[in-house]
Amino acid sequence: MHLHDEKIKFLEETANKIRESIIEMLVEAGSGHTAGPLGMADIFTAFYFHILNHDPKNPLWPDRDRLFLSNGHICPVQYAALAHAGYFTLDELKTLRKFGTRLQGHPHRGALPGVESTSGPLGSGLSQAAGYAYGARMDGKRFRVYCLMSDGEHDAGNIWEGAMFAGKYKLSNLTGLIDRNNIQIDGMTEDIMPLEPLRKKYEAFNWHVIEIDGHNFEEIVNAVEEAKAIYEKPTLVIAHTIPGKGIKEIEFDYKWHGVPPNKEQAAKFLSELRTLGGKITSEHQ
Amino acid sequence: MSINPKAKLVEHILDLRAIEQVPTRKGYGEGLLEAGEKDPRVVALCADLTESTQTHLFAKKFPERFIEMGVAEQNMATVAAGLASYGKIPFITSYAMFSPGRNWEQIRTTICYNNVPVKVIGSHAGISVGPDGATHQAIEDMAITRVIPNMTVINPCDVHEARKATLAALEVGPVYIRLHREKTPVMTTPESPFEIGKAVTVWDSDSNRVDASIVACGPLVYNAILAASELEKEGYKIRVLNSHTVKPLDEEDVLKAAKDSGAIVTVEEHQITGGLGSAVAEYLAKNYPVPMEFVGVENRFGESGAPNELLKAFGMESADIKKAILKVISRKK
Repeated sequence: MHLHDEKIKFLEETANKIRESIIEMLVEAGSGHTAGPLGMADIFTAFYFHILNHDPKNPLWPDRDRLFLSNGHICPVQYAALAHAGYFTLDELKTLRKFGTRLQGHPHRGALPGVESTSGPLGSGLSQAAGYAYGARMDGKRFRVYCLMSDGEHDAGNIWEGAMFAGKYKLSNLTGLIDRNNIQIDGMTEDIMPLEPLRKKYEAFNWHVIEIDGHNFEEIVNAVEEAKAIYEKPTLVIAHTIPGKGIKEIEFDYKWHGVPPNKEQAAKFLSELRTLGGKITSEHQ
Repeated sequence: MSINPKAKLVEHILDLRAIEQVPTRKGYGEGLLEAGEKDPRVVALCADLTESTQTHLFAKKFPERFIEMGVAEQNMATVAAGLASYGKIPFITSYAMFSPGRNWEQIRTTICYNNVPVKVIGSHAGISVGPDGATHQAIEDMAITRVIPNMTVINPCDVHEARKATLAALEVGPVYIRLHREKTPVMTTPESPFEIGKAVTVWDSDSNRVDASIVACGPLVYNAILAASELEKEGYKIRVLNSHTVKPLDEEDVLKAAKDSGAIVTVEEHQITGGLGSAVAEYLAKNYPVPMEFVGVENRFGESGAPNELLKAFGMESADIKKAILKVISRKK
């Protein structure tokens, strides 16, 4: 299922709108994470606007594909993608992190349509997605389970237990995706706790591994398509991304991991995004 | 003799030589098998302790519904959360020290906050694990599970009650069932009543006067009955509640016991802090304060030894319960 040029343009424009929403939400909330959500905007757009077999008007449709978000702190990008996809209104995005909101600071399953898993404490999403995939396979279900993870959370043991489990039970209906942006709160991942060789580690755990440019829609879609054709093991997509992608001042700067922009910064960032008008493309495109 | 006939306990309950001794984990194994037969959604996960936790009965009968997890309790809890989110009813089994001990946060966030029906089965709880020593003696497990919203906490008194608790767990959301390794007295019968959240009066005063009430859980309910029977010979009128469900507490029966006797002793093979005694005290402090004494572990770790040696050293024998009752009666105004 190759992407034609028009679809790619649509996805780029949508990703840009999602980035704008992220900035607007964060400045309104006054707290939250900035770099991760911006860096994952293209991947979330690819999932909710092309890859997932889902129906925003019928969020509990039993045969839908499931998307588990493991690193819950990047939820602004998921919330924005869900709203733009039609799960709820764009207005509601402004309630992020406020009292009484369905948009909790970290996602809560059941609180908001489209949110499949509760996450926040890191390293626990892959195991939940694997359990879900295991149960679905027992019943011969055909839908697919996706788990989006961060690189930093691979410091946690739980995630490797989940990787070992999925490898042992050959959960080919499960596709993991790591946001390999190389930053975490205290600094660069390879300084904090080196993760490399990440690919070889997953291969050693009996996963099929694909590495992609996480800002290239064709590569994102092709990797997920390839995963569907791998029947004997789960597939991991290592998506190399740029934290803060789309806003020059934020890109690559780990200090933007866990803070929101202030009002002046937000105005500047929004104008930067609007001027680009969806021209955020991969260096490789 | 003041055995409550409604509790349908075994005959000759006070005859230590006649009473049968079976570990509660055996009741779990049988109950899990029955639960599997009753409900096709039931799946069992185990962290490399299949036989000692008695999960092997289920694994043998339903190999396609048994999932071996290896020694990875955090993964077991989170995989179970995923299975339950999908629509299965997972029973996850290990030693209490590791589940809900090691994987507490995963149980809290992915099972209880999600409110999905995972049944956490912690075997080998308490100091009566014996020779394995303090590292394997979970005496904090009821405190850490009781504090989590949506969680039900049950500590069955014997093998029959463990079987019934396992089956009853199917009907509620997240549950923690606490089991023990050692053979312990079989007090109840298959006919004894069991309902989650409903305490059973196993021993009662034979007159209108009640001098003190014991609220106990787990196999120590037996020691509580022994203490009550000995005190009866000395003229004291005692009520014993088997409060197998620590959460939600049977507030109605606890309140009635406090009102009828004006003095309460709690008994549990657990730290005094945070367990059954705390649950009873929290409730009574607010609703009907009466003098209380607590039998349990007093802010220390366990150690190696024979189970009986340890129960004696840690002050959980019937003589200790008796002492606590006399003390609480002396504190009544």
